[in-house]
Amino acid sequence: MSPDKLVYMANQIGKFFAHQPEEKAVDAVADHIRKFWDPRMRKAILAHVDAGGAGLDPRTLKAVEAVRASVA
Amino acid sequence: MSLIKEIDYGTPAPKSEAQVPLKQVTLTIDGYAVTVPEGTSIMRAAMDTGIQVPKLCATDSLESFGSCRVCLVEIEGRNGTPASCTTPVAPGIVVHTQTERLKSIRRGVLELYISDHPLDCLTCAANGDCELQDMAGAVGLRDVRYGYQGENHLNQAKDESNPYFTYDPSKCIVCSRCVRACEEVQGTFALTIEGRGFGSAVSAGMGEAFLDSECVSCGACVQACPTATLMEKSVIEIGQPEHSVVTTCAYCGVGCSFKAEMRGNELVRMVPYKDGGANEGHSCVKGRFAWGYATHKERILKPMIREKISDPWREVSWDEAIGRVASEFRRIQTTYGQSSIGGITSSRCTNEEAYLVQKLVRAVFGNNNVDTCARVCHSPTGFGLSKTFGTSAGTQDFKSIDQTDVIMVIGANPTDAHPVFASRMKKRLRKGARLIVVDPRRTDLVKSPHIKADHHLPLLPGTNVSVINALAHVIVTEGLVDENFVRERCDWETFQDWAQFVAQPENSPEASEAVSGVPAETIRAAARLFATGGNGAIYYGLGVTEHSQGTTMVMGMANLAMATGNIGRRGVGVNPLRGQNNVQGSCDMGSFPHELSGYRHISDATTRALFETAWGVSLDKEPGLRIPNMFDAAMDGSFRGLYVQGEDIVQSDPDTHHVTSGLSAMECVVVQDLFLNETSNYAHVFLPGATFLEKDGTFTNAERRINLVRKVMPPKQGKGDWEITLDIAKAMGVPMHYDHPSEIMDEIARLTPTFHGVSFKRIDEMGSIQWPCNEKAPEGTPIMHVGGFVRGKGAFMITEYVPTDEKVGPRFPLLLTTGRILSQYNVGAQTRRTGNVVWHPEDILEIHPHDAEQRGIREGDWVRIQSRAGATALHARLTDRVAPGVVYTTFHHPDTQANVITTDYSDWATNCPEYKVTAVQISPSNGPTEWQNEYREHSDQSRRIIPLSVQAAE
Repeated sequence: MSPDKLVYMANQIGKFFAHQPEEKAVDAVADHIRKFWDPRMRKAILAHVDAGGAGLDPRTLKAVEAVRASVA
Repeated sequence: MSLIKEIDYGTPAPKSEAQVPLKQVTLTIDGYAVTVPEGTSIMRAAMDTGIQVPKLCATDSLESFGSCRVCLVEIEGRNGTPASCTTPVAPGIVVHTQTERLKSIRRGVLELYISDHPLDCLTCAANGDCELQDMAGAVGLRDVRYGYQGENHLNQAKDESNPYFTYDPSKCIVCSRCVRACEEVQGTFALTIEGRGFGSAVSAGMGEAFLDSECVSCGACVQACPTATLMEKSVIEIGQPEHSVVTTCAYCGVGCSFKAEMRGNELVRMVPYKDGGANEGHSCVKGRFAWGYATHKERILKPMIREKISDPWREVSWDEAIGRVASEFRRIQTTYGQSSIGGITSSRCTNEEAYLVQKLVRAVFGNNNVDTCARVCHSPTGFGLSKTFGTSAGTQDFKSIDQTDVIMVIGANPTDAHPVFASRMKKRLRKGARLIVVDPRRTDLVKSPHIKADHHLPLLPGTNVSVINALAHVIVTEGLVDENFVRERCDWETFQDWAQFVAQPENSPEASEAVSGVPAETIRAAARLFATGGNGAIYYGLGVTEHSQGTTMVMGMANLAMATGNIGRRGVGVNPLRGQNNVQGSCDMGSFPHELSGYRHISDATTRALFETAWGVSLDKEPGLRIPNMFDAAMDGSFRGLYVQGEDIVQSDPDTHHVTSGLSAMECVVVQDLFLNETSNYAHVFLPGATFLEKDGTFTNAERRINLVRKVMPPKQGKGDWEITLDIAKAMGVPMHYDHPSEIMDEIARLTPTFHGVSFKRIDEMGSIQWPCNEKAPEGTPIMHVGGFVRGKGAFMITEYVPTDEKVGPRFPLLLTTGRILSQYNVGAQTRRTGNVVWHPEDILEIHPHDAEQRGIREGDWVRIQSRAGATALHARLTDRVAPGVVYTTFHHPDTQANVITTDYSDWATNCPEYKVTAVQISPSNGPTEWQNEYREHSDQSRRIIPLSVQAAE
């Protein structure tokens, strides 16, 4: 899966929750990704994070990290 | 089985404006005491007690008119012979419907009618279904004394221009039923009575042929006509039907009930059913007339396979085709893993069929890679409304609009896409309801005969959220919030956060004007009207959902409804107008990769356990791929097989290059459809599907109404679609057993709390059921959230405006937005194979004259439209319906493939594609693009079929 697209999608989710305090926003974004992204999409974006996570907004990056436990 | 003849009471039942029961009145008719509501006509009261007063110009779908002078009665103590259709009942009156005097008058009147009517009853298409013939019989007319030598209308020319019905003025009795139907029922005002006295004649427009007039071919006039003056061509061709079956239309999300009138297994005509909950006897050109595709010569009736997508198709037996699907899918799973295949349920098929496909994916494929067409249309509705209200569906029934005072239509064009509901809406508007239209285009609702929007907000595509926030800003800052409602019914904390947010200056109408182009004063006026005008209802379509911020906009509308107290009773609400016939149903049935039927997340162990027990399998707890993700996964090699039931993703999904690249990367694509559609150009197995006329099941419309679809003829290819899915499951080693679709619904009802009370038997008894239908609501639920939201307290969501990244610039300076047209449906696979093509033979680009002039484009020129995703060419139409800077087209024709232009941007929450905003450039062109020519060639190659007979000979 193209990391560019996944990064774009993750940042888009982040923008919706941008008005919330950081902790809540990170939880909300992570929850959304867990609930609606197929595991291979989560794996692919985590691989991108492991490769430096370029392009991910800081809070979204934290949210993606928080998803790691859900991916075997 | 017999022909269903609904009782015609002659005039409509009286309606109470104030919603209080009408007073009852008792009178005597022909010696019988009759008690009816005040305001009832004598004609209706008589029919109520079984006495049919002869009549010609009256029918109960229309207000009484009193022109034919046949329905006369005598009332004791009153002079003269009043018309029973226009005379209301009064307490204690004594009415006689048959006296010597009345008989003589009626016979005289009928004699005059017949004296100018061709006496070709035996060869007339209406023979057996003609009210004039019936009335001549009823009054005992035996002789016409006047002769035919004088001036008459007998040799008038027929107008056969309309593809579906003829107008034969020689048979017209000028009862005005057609003209009144066009006005009162349809609301188009295309017909009139031209001339005076003897010269009076029905005329479409200014003496034009029907086809050239403003007639929208809804069929209301044909249905109202008491003679053969307006007559279906199919009846002329086939003859009168002998039995009928009530079923549900398979076009848009309005879900009209029709009587399929048959001769044996041949469909003669579809007639709207008076007791249909959604349509109450009305129809549009698609449902009423455009069913010829069911027997079109291009329909595929034999299963086919091929090795490569460049090969011709080879007809095979059902066993071979199903065997190929099973072996290929299992081979792919063995090679690439369990999650390397998936399926797409159809929003055109029944609930039972959608349920079976998702069951096949979850229980047989063993993953959750199932999605449905709603992904690309109303997925934001499901998500947005469930977050705010707690349920993924519209809040009202269609009837509710009869009590609406202010209608707000956002990003929807109901006169084209939901015509029967639009007629109801227009009826209400003509009675004085106010109208706000939020749409980039000047749709017909903005201004059409006897309809004019109070406010049109012609926003720039992509700026919905800015405008909804600005509307909310006015309501909050000008103190127009219904605080009692909010305090009692909503989560006060989320309201306060929201109110504070929308009150910020960046959400003011003035700030929005700079973004959306809508004058701040118009926004302010619209907001004030919506908040203070009485019952306010929001109706919306894909102009809301198909954006990067589709979900945000759905939430924004829900916020607005809650803040103004417009939820939880008749006349209000937030109402999605659904595109396809069973979009609501396919979503309800668990077609999304993350949820089981009834919108329960797959990660919920309790729900999963329920299904695991029922199905005897273990289920994957992780959500699967959504449609756009499937193509991405195909490109990276992790997704290789797809079963597509009744959906043409190549034509309907955005960014065609992306879709076809994804499909081309797959090893087994299985298409189940009526025709070789565009997706089948990339398929390896083709399974011929059945039409809605050929199977039993249910559809659920936009008002959550579950209607029965009844089989009226055997499937031409041998199987219902549900049976094909069962065959695949069996061949893959996990058989499921149902003898009839009703048993599938029984399973759905057992496993889905909002459907506990639903069964075919119950729907049959009640006519239709609106879910939730269970122990708490055994009669179903026409209006949602009465007394409390499904989620408890209504939650306000912060809806920050985030502009789409699809922006205009020097290379692509115009914004393309796409939509639908009345005569065509979705990808046009059905409607393009009917007489409807006469109205819309190709997709056309609408462009403002100013933008056209700058580019040297004239009316009718070929133009090339280019976005960063692709290019296509089509003909241009110059119109100020679109604003400068905005262009518009439809996506009904594969020769144009509008979706080769649309991009892969999508809604943040649901991946619903941003069809409504694409930056483009338009330039003159001399014909189709290279891509169009290449595509056409591939498509032609993919329609080569080697029949079984030829294979046997080889």
